[in-house]
Amino acid sequence: MTETQLNGSSGPGVPAQRGGTTRVAELAAKLTDRAREIIARYPADRSRSALLPLLHLVQSEEGYVSPAGIEFCAEMLGLNKAQVGAVASFYTMYKRRPTGDWLVSVCTNTMCSTLGGQQVYDALSEHLGVGHEETTPDGKITLEHAECLAACDYGPVLTVNYDFFDQVDPDTAIALVDELRAGGRPKPSRGARLCTLKEISLQLAGFPDPRPEAVADGVPGEPTLRGLRLAQQHGIAVAGFDPSTPITASGDGAPAAEAAGVAANKPASDRKPAGDAAKPQEQALKEAK
Amino acid sequence: MSTTPRRETLEKLTPVLTKRWLSPEAWRIDVYERLDGYVALRKALAVRPDDLIQLIKDSGLRGRGGAGFPTGLKWGFIPQGDGRPHYLVVNADEGEPGTCKDLPLMTHDPHSLVEGVIIAAYAIRANRAFIYIRGEAVHAARRLRNAVQEAYRAGYLGRNILGSGFDLDLVVHSGAGAYICGEETALLDSLEGFRGQPRLRPPFPATHGLYASPTVVNNVGTIASVPYIVLGGAAWWRSMGTEKSPGPMIYSLSGRIRYPGQYECSMGITLRELIELAGGMQPGHNLRFWTPGGSSTPLLTADHLDVPLDFEGVAAAGSILGTTATQIFSDQDCPVYATYRWLEFYHHESCGKCTPCREGNYWMVRTYRRILSGQGTYADLDTLLDTCDNILGRSFCGLGDGATSSVTSSLKYFKQDYLDYIEGRKAPKLSAKTLAGAH
Repeated sequence: MTETQLNGSSGPGVPAQRGGTTRVAELAAKLTDRAREIIARYPADRSRSALLPLLHLVQSEEGYVSPAGIEFCAEMLGLNKAQVGAVASFYTMYKRRPTGDWLVSVCTNTMCSTLGGQQVYDALSEHLGVGHEETTPDGKITLEHAECLAACDYGPVLTVNYDFFDQVDPDTAIALVDELRAGGRPKPSRGARLCTLKEISLQLAGFPDPRPEAVADGVPGEPTLRGLRLAQQHGIAVAGFDPSTPITASGDGAPAAEAAGVAANKPASDRKPAGDAAKPQEQALKEAK
Repeated sequence: MSTTPRRETLEKLTPVLTKRWLSPEAWRIDVYERLDGYVALRKALAVRPDDLIQLIKDSGLRGRGGAGFPTGLKWGFIPQGDGRPHYLVVNADEGEPGTCKDLPLMTHDPHSLVEGVIIAAYAIRANRAFIYIRGEAVHAARRLRNAVQEAYRAGYLGRNILGSGFDLDLVVHSGAGAYICGEETALLDSLEGFRGQPRLRPPFPATHGLYASPTVVNNVGTIASVPYIVLGGAAWWRSMGTEKSPGPMIYSLSGRIRYPGQYECSMGITLRELIELAGGMQPGHNLRFWTPGGSSTPLLTADHLDVPLDFEGVAAAGSILGTTATQIFSDQDCPVYATYRWLEFYHHESCGKCTPCREGNYWMVRTYRRILSGQGTYADLDTLLDTCDNILGRSFCGLGDGATSSVTSSLKYFKQDYLDYIEGRKAPKLSAKTLAGAH
């Protein structure tokens, strides 16, 4: 690595030419067209916005953010490797070591943990013989414990390559990973049929799922619809909805709501460097003392 | 036995934003169009942008991301005729523990968000919009990207939308796993290709947001509300909720109730009524503590069953409405352990920019491990409160403030539970092997 390459002097959109078949050159040959497509989504002088999707793109080829992948991103965007590495290491979804085809993420945040998520994680960890962010020797499964996956009404949940398996327990979770290791592709509870981590990374880079049926996959589960079903069963609807109500410019606002909303978002005092005041937390602290 | 909720409780249900979820293919543009879809857009493009801002002000709509700032006022802050590009950014980085309302909306009714984006962008004169969606939300993103493609093909996005002369490009941008990016200025940094760390405010995004240009950042639920207000009018919107907190709200119930799930209700419903809708508590469980709006909001207890769950009511009870992520715990759950798991979260998700939040959460996790492994001391409780005092109000953004919520509120209501671990009345929840470095 020469000094000029370190500084990314080849400029945006022009991967460095180099002799031989280094991994960077291979990546450039494979990914440059897609990378340019990503960069074109953002304003012309704001190519750095493409960095997150470019890192997902690198994972779609490498299975993790490899050193070559970091160099490729740097060259595409006219950044240096340290700038790219600093971003890549910040985000949980960018993996810094080779990762299995199937990333199994078990939610162990408070609600899922309360409902049994920790036992699911422990059972999988013992069954697979790996810990957090470790991969089975066959390279197939990487296990991790995850923070809240935004499906608390289905807890405890786990995801495989980020598609959900709801209300899991140790037995169903072990059966699931066994099926994955045996080459099966079990169907998630509500998402699309599973694709590999590399395949999902390409979608995370902003490219559509190439399987047309995948978009249609998955119906809402009962918890999602529970409130609606109650309303439907009991004939509850919001009254007075007329879609042809004219838009008038003569309104005088909603002064009570506006004043309340402004009052609830007072800027912080000088005591705080920035942001909003945190009155309820201050009150809780005072009362806890 | 679960019983049918009483009629007056059922009547608090207000299916508006969630209504299309019952139509299994509402994510397809043709189905969406048959269900009032893109009617609001045609209506909106026929009036002046300022009329739309006034309409949203008239509706009293307050942001659905947790802070409850008046949406119309926020839109009105965007300077007009300044010659700079304007941006609309949708915060779809749902990740507050307990929160699960935006993912189903984007999965089952993605066009309502896309339509809201187009109307809001027209109102604030933005020609570029971004939806920053949480990376892990892959199926929601599939549906959303598909909806954006469909909207382009139908002429709802792109150049000269429906012959109005208005142009808009919309990009769905996936994050990469960082809770902090739900904070609006961290989100903007992330969208610009940096580590997601909060910015100093002021200046606020309204004048110096994305690419230092005027920017509106709104939550998914806020933007998805816009087409309904355009259709039904401000007065109809205000017919739901309360005077200060108008409209419907999606309450996400999880935990020890019989039927966890999404319940869209008039703002101001109480937990007692929500539990009734959810079929009651699970057999053998009695309510002990709950979060009104995610883990960053101070815990409430069985004494707060009749608090109106609107912005004002929850604030008066000493907590925050937040994202209406109502996590319900029973007498079989331990508030000390629950708080410990939340702190593990804040410790993991602290971006590291501000020392009090980065170091404080690190040490609080260790203090909790010591208490939960039966080796805690009375001084540990003072250490926790002292640490909270040093985090609270001393960091750039609300993450640090939020981290103190469950610590201080659980100590306020459940100090005996802490003492039970310290004085050996309660069996340790954690083994001593997790204690490395705690002594």
